[in-house]
Amino acid sequence: MGLITAHNIYKDYQVGEVSLRALNDLNFEIEPASFLSFVGPSGSGKTTLLNLIGCLDTPTEGKLTVAGTDVVSLDRKQRAAFRGKHMGFVFQDFNLIPVLTVYENIEYPLIMVQNVPLEERKRRVLSLLESVEMTEQKDKYPDQISGGQKQRVAVARALVTEPELVLADEPTANLDSKTAYMIIELMKEMQRKSGTTFIFSTHDQRIVGAAEIIYTLEDGMITDRKDTGGNAHV
Amino acid sequence: MYNLFKIAIRNLLRYRRRTLLTASLIMVGVVFVLVFMAVTGSIKSLLIGQITDSMLGHLQIHKKGYVASIDNLPLTITLTPKAMQKIDKAIKDIPEIEAYSTRIKFGGLFSNFVETTNIRLNGIVPELELKTVPLLPARIIKGEKTLKKGDILIPELLAKGMKVTVGDTVVVIATNKDGSVNGKPFRVSGILESVTGPGGRDGYIHIEDAMEVLRMDQMEVSEIVLRLKDFATLQDVYESLMNTLSQEKNEAGKPVFEVHTWEKLSPFYNIARMIDIMTLFIKIMLIAMVLVSIMNVMIMAVYERMREIGTISAIGTMPGKILSMFVLEGLSLGIFGAFIGDAIGCIIIYILNISHITFNFGRQTGLLLAPHIGVADILMVSVTVIVVSVAASLQPAFKASRMEPIDALRHV
Ligand SMILES: Nc1ncnc2c1ncn2[C@@H]1O[C@H](COP(=O)(O)OP(=O)(O)O)[C@@H](O)[C@H]1O
Ligand SMILES: [Mg+2]
Repeated sequence: MGLITAHNIYKDYQVGEVSLRALNDLNFEIEPASFLSFVGPSGSGKTTLLNLIGCLDTPTEGKLTVAGTDVVSLDRKQRAAFRGKHMGFVFQDFNLIPVLTVYENIEYPLIMVQNVPLEERKRRVLSLLESVEMTEQKDKYPDQISGGQKQRVAVARALVTEPELVLADEPTANLDSKTAYMIIELMKEMQRKSGTTFIFSTHDQRIVGAAEIIYTLEDGMITDRKDTGGNAHV
Repeated sequence: MYNLFKIAIRNLLRYRRRTLLTASLIMVGVVFVLVFMAVTGSIKSLLIGQITDSMLGHLQIHKKGYVASIDNLPLTITLTPKAMQKIDKAIKDIPEIEAYSTRIKFGGLFSNFVETTNIRLNGIVPELELKTVPLLPARIIKGEKTLKKGDILIPELLAKGMKVTVGDTVVVIATNKDGSVNGKPFRVSGILESVTGPGGRDGYIHIEDAMEVLRMDQMEVSEIVLRLKDFATLQDVYESLMNTLSQEKNEAGKPVFEVHTWEKLSPFYNIARMIDIMTLFIKIMLIAMVLVSIMNVMIMAVYERMREIGTISAIGTMPGKILSMFVLEGLSLGIFGAFIGDAIGCIIIYILNISHITFNFGRQTGLLLAPHIGVADILMVSVTVIVVSVAASLQPAFKASRMEPIDALRHV
C-alpha cells in the first residue's frame, strides 16, 4: 500500500451563494520515498490538494489515507497531532518564527510538537544545520538572513522530526531562479539522505523537471502523470 | 514551559514600546492603589485613634440594654459592685487589655447662679480615665490638666454659652434613680474641647462626687471603657470578652452584660467604612484598567501574529500550547507591571514617610501622616493584577488556539 492513497476526492468551496469545485474526482497513490510534484497554473487546485494531503483541511467527499490513517475522520486536535508526528511543512513565505534564532527555529518542533530530550535535539539540529549549510548562521534571527537561507532553515525544520512526508507548497515562488534551483536541489538531496517523501507544488516550469514524478493539475483535475526518474533537466 | 516563556518574553520584547506602554499603565494603576491604600489607611487609623483615645475607648461594657437608651443616661441600668467583680475578673484574664475606666454617667442641671441649663456628666476615676483615653488631657484647652475632687471639667460650648471660665464656682443638680433631687457646688477646673461622637460634649467630675450627687450607697457604674495594647486585636478581644461575659445570665436566662466595639458606638465608623468603599472602587478601577489594556494588546498580538499562529499550528503545535503561549505573554506583562508598580509604590510610600507630612483634624493639629502598606496588601494587589492579566489574555489566546491553520496562514 502507498504512503498516500486518494479515492474520488472532491473539494468544493462555498463562496457566498455559489459552490466552487476546486478538486474534481482525484485518484492517485503515492509511494514512500518519492520526490514528487504537482504542477499546474495558478488556480488549478495545487494548494487545495496539498492542504488535504497535509491534513490542514478535509475533502468534501472521497477517501484519503496518509501513512495508513484515514485522515478524513480525524478531528481538529487529532489532525494537529497527526501533522506533528508524520509531516513536515515548507511554506512559500518561509514562515520562520521571527523571535527564534535559526537554531531555535529548527529545534522548535522537537520541543513544542514532539518531546525530544535535549541531547538528541542538539544532535539532530546540528546535523541538519550542517546539511543545509547554515551552521554559521545558527544564532542569527530570521530577519538577518536572506530568503534562500530562510528556506534552507525551513527545510531543516521540516525534516528535524524525521517525518514520513514533507509538503512544500510553491517553496520557490519567492526566490530568484538560481536560489530556487538550489533549494529544489537541496530538497532532493535531503530526500535521498533521509528517505522521506517530498511533495512540492509549483507553477514554475524551470524547476518542475527536478521531480521524479510530476502530476499535472488543471481545473482541479489530474490531466497528466510523468515519471521522469528525476533526470529531466532544467 | 521554559520555552513557552521564552517565546512569550521575546514576543513582548519584540514590540518593546507597546509592552512598555501597557506595563506602565498597569504600573501606574498599581502605584496609585498602593499609595492610596497606604495614605487613607494612615488617615483612617489616625482618625480612629483620635476618636477612641479622646472619649470612646476601644470597647465598652454596659449592663444589657444601656446602649439602647444611652440618650437618657439611665441610672437604673447600671453595673453593681457584684457585677463589677465579674467583669474585673474577665478583663484580668485578657492580657491584650491595657487599661479600663469606670464611668457613672448622668444628666443634670448646670447653674452659674444666674442661668441654668442641661449638662451631661461623667463621673470618673481620673487615673483610670487617663490610662484608657490618653488624649483627654489634650482636649482640656484651658485650665488644669488634672481633675481633683470638687472640680468639674465643662465642655467648651457650655462655658461660652453660660459665660463661665476656669476658677468659677457652679452648681450641678441631679435627680437620682429614686427621684429625689440633690445639688453640689463645683469649681470649674478646665474647659474641654468637643469631639464627635457620643459623649463628645459631656463634662467630667470625680466618680466620688458623682456618687455623692446621686446619693449612691454603693458604686453603680454606667459603663466600663477598655483600651487595648494593640488595636489590631480588637475583634479577638471582643470575642473573648463576649464569650466569658455572655455566660452571665439573669433569672430569666437573658445575658446580663453587653459589649460593644467602638465601631458600634461611633457614627465615625461610617466614615471609616466610606474610606474602605472608596478603596474598593479604586481597586475595581485598577482591575478594569488592567483588563482593558492587557486585552487590547493581546487582541492586537493575536491579530498581528496570525500567520505565525498558522505556521506553528500547521506544523503540529497543539491548541493548548498555543493558548498557553499567549496566556503566558499576558501573564508576564501583568507580573512585570505589578512588580515595577510594587517597587515604585513602596518607594513613594517611603518618601511620604520621610517627608513628615502633617494634617489637622478638628482642633488637633500636626497629626503626622505615616502611610504604611502591609505585605499582605501588596501581595493581594499584585495577585489581583496578575490574575486579571491572565483572565484578560484568555479570550484572545483561546481565539488563537482555535484558529484553523489554513485560515490563519492565508491572513496577510
Ligand atoms: N478558501 C477558499 N475559498 C474559496 N475558494 C477558494 C479557496 N481556496 C481556493 N479557492 C479556489 O479554489 C481554486 C483552487 O485554488 P488553489 O488550490 O489555491 O489553486 P493553486 O494553488 O493551484 O493556485 C481556485 O479557483 C481558488 O479561487
Ligand atoms: Mg497555490
